[in-house]
Amino acid sequence: MSKRIEAKNVDIYYSKFKAVEDVNMTIEPRAVTAFIGPSGCGKTTFLRTLNRMHEVIPGAYVDGEITLDGENLYGNGVDPVNVRRKVGMVFQRPNPFPTMSIKENVLAGLRLNNKNASRTEQDEIAEKALRGANLWEEVKNRLDLPGSGLSGGQQQRLCIARAIAMAPEVLLMDEPCSALDPISTLAIEDLIQELKSKYTIVIVTHNMQQAARVSDTTAFFNIAGTGQPGKLIEMDTTEKIFSTPSVQATEDYITGRFG
Amino acid sequence: MSQQTQAPRDRGAHSDLIPSKPRVGDKVFTGLSTGSGIAILVILAAVAAFLLLRAFPALTASADDIAARGYTSNLPIEGFWGWVLPLAFGTIWAAIGALALAVPVSIGIALFISHYAPRRLAATLGYIIDLLAAVPSVVFGLWGFFVLAPALGPLHQWLTTYMGWFPLFSGQASGTGRTIFTASIVLAVMILPIITSLCREVFLQTPKLHEEASLALGATRWEMITMAVFPFARAGIVSAIMLGLGRALGETMAVAMILSGQNRISFEVLTAQNPNTIAANIALSFPEAYDLKINQLIASGLVLFIITLAVNMFARWIVSRRAAFSGAN
Repeated sequence: MSKRIEAKNVDIYYSKFKAVEDVNMTIEPRAVTAFIGPSGCGKTTFLRTLNRMHEVIPGAYVDGEITLDGENLYGNGVDPVNVRRKVGMVFQRPNPFPTMSIKENVLAGLRLNNKNASRTEQDEIAEKALRGANLWEEVKNRLDLPGSGLSGGQQQRLCIARAIAMAPEVLLMDEPCSALDPISTLAIEDLIQELKSKYTIVIVTHNMQQAARVSDTTAFFNIAGTGQPGKLIEMDTTEKIFSTPSVQATEDYITGRFG
Repeated sequence: MSQQTQAPRDRGAHSDLIPSKPRVGDKVFTGLSTGSGIAILVILAAVAAFLLLRAFPALTASADDIAARGYTSNLPIEGFWGWVLPLAFGTIWAAIGALALAVPVSIGIALFISHYAPRRLAATLGYIIDLLAAVPSVVFGLWGFFVLAPALGPLHQWLTTYMGWFPLFSGQASGTGRTIFTASIVLAVMILPIITSLCREVFLQTPKLHEEASLALGATRWEMITMAVFPFARAGIVSAIMLGLGRALGETMAVAMILSGQNRISFEVLTAQNPNTIAANIALSFPEAYDLKINQLIASGLVLFIITLAVNMFARWIVSRRAAFSGAN
């Protein structure tokens, strides 16, 4: 259920513009890895290359190798559709499908993969995913109502339920709490702690307390200036990054001296 | 509440919170928008009143009076309704045919432009589609008469010969190709631009968030479209279809030029005996009409007005049926 991601010499381009340069990292399974860094440093871009979502933007491409337990995500003939079924994603703003009910939202990915699941199977999967996202108790009596009627935090947990209903190997989270209030944020952070026993979790966050609270490993990205590519500066255990980082830029950033 | 509204008035002259001059822009704009809203109602009421008043003599005329004008049909009903029902049928029948042809093509083109085509090609294609909308309907009529109808003659033959078991294609094929089938194709071409450009606009407005949500779940492009784009665009597609239908129902010149209609109800689309449409019939008959005939034609216009109104209300109902799931909240 949970796999190791390795990136080797990854450069990411938007047409001719090099957005991220030479990233090498290993993301451990059953752990939370946080990406921090100033805006525009390429952390979201890099996150989106892990499930090939950056390809949605015309002209974007990757040079280098990203492997999931040794399997190259950018190998010849690899279909991004299949990559995304293994590597789930939660976005910055909650994005449940407005035209679907809560249950339909949770089962949306399943419908793509396994169209013949029986009604009881579907109900079981939906309940399991919603329980996994700590949302079941709140929505069990209104599964057929629109997902867009939930609060922001509930919507985000619904999106997490939708992602984990697919039983992915990896769960990517792109600033999942930035649009939420502190209480909903706490709920999501607790959930991340529970989920890491099953999934490889990668989270991009602007909130350094959040990175410190939820992650086991932290990667710091930085950018030399506008128009320059973003780079991975340092990656280590979260404890080390937030106490004794080995690079000055990291220390400056986490102590708020710039960025 | 009353205290709040009264209190500031006393100190009005001194307070700089109260504007000394009225806000002209606001006033003008309020007046303009309210006026426009009222104007629509007045125009609609005027048209409806005209239709009702002038249609009244025809609606109350005896069956013999109507028959005396030489208007007959293949229906067993006598009088005005026996005359107008085939026309109403022809109008709806031609429009449905046009929609059946135009809607899938329009949605396909719109999707191609919004989600499949490379950007430059998409822009060019969109421009060409909009140009199609600029062709006057009389030109479409001429094209249908001189080019399309003769060209479709062999197809008429083929369809009646080999597909004749299908009820719509049964009967003796028309030799000229000037059938309701050809008229529907011309109508379809005419309503294609409006449906296409509206659908394209709606498709382009699909939130990136929802498109990415489905892609991130491992949807293919087509699955993304059925999951995120179509549900989002549903209301817009219905509106686009209804606008197209409205134009097809009311289209006069093209149909009048192509179709040599008779006053009859027939579902066969390929024969020489075709139902006429209300608008085309009015245009063709009006120059020679006098007294009761004029009332009769206006009454058929009233029927067309009611059909169009009903179609629009039906569309509204479809759109509002699942309003909670529309994403508007």
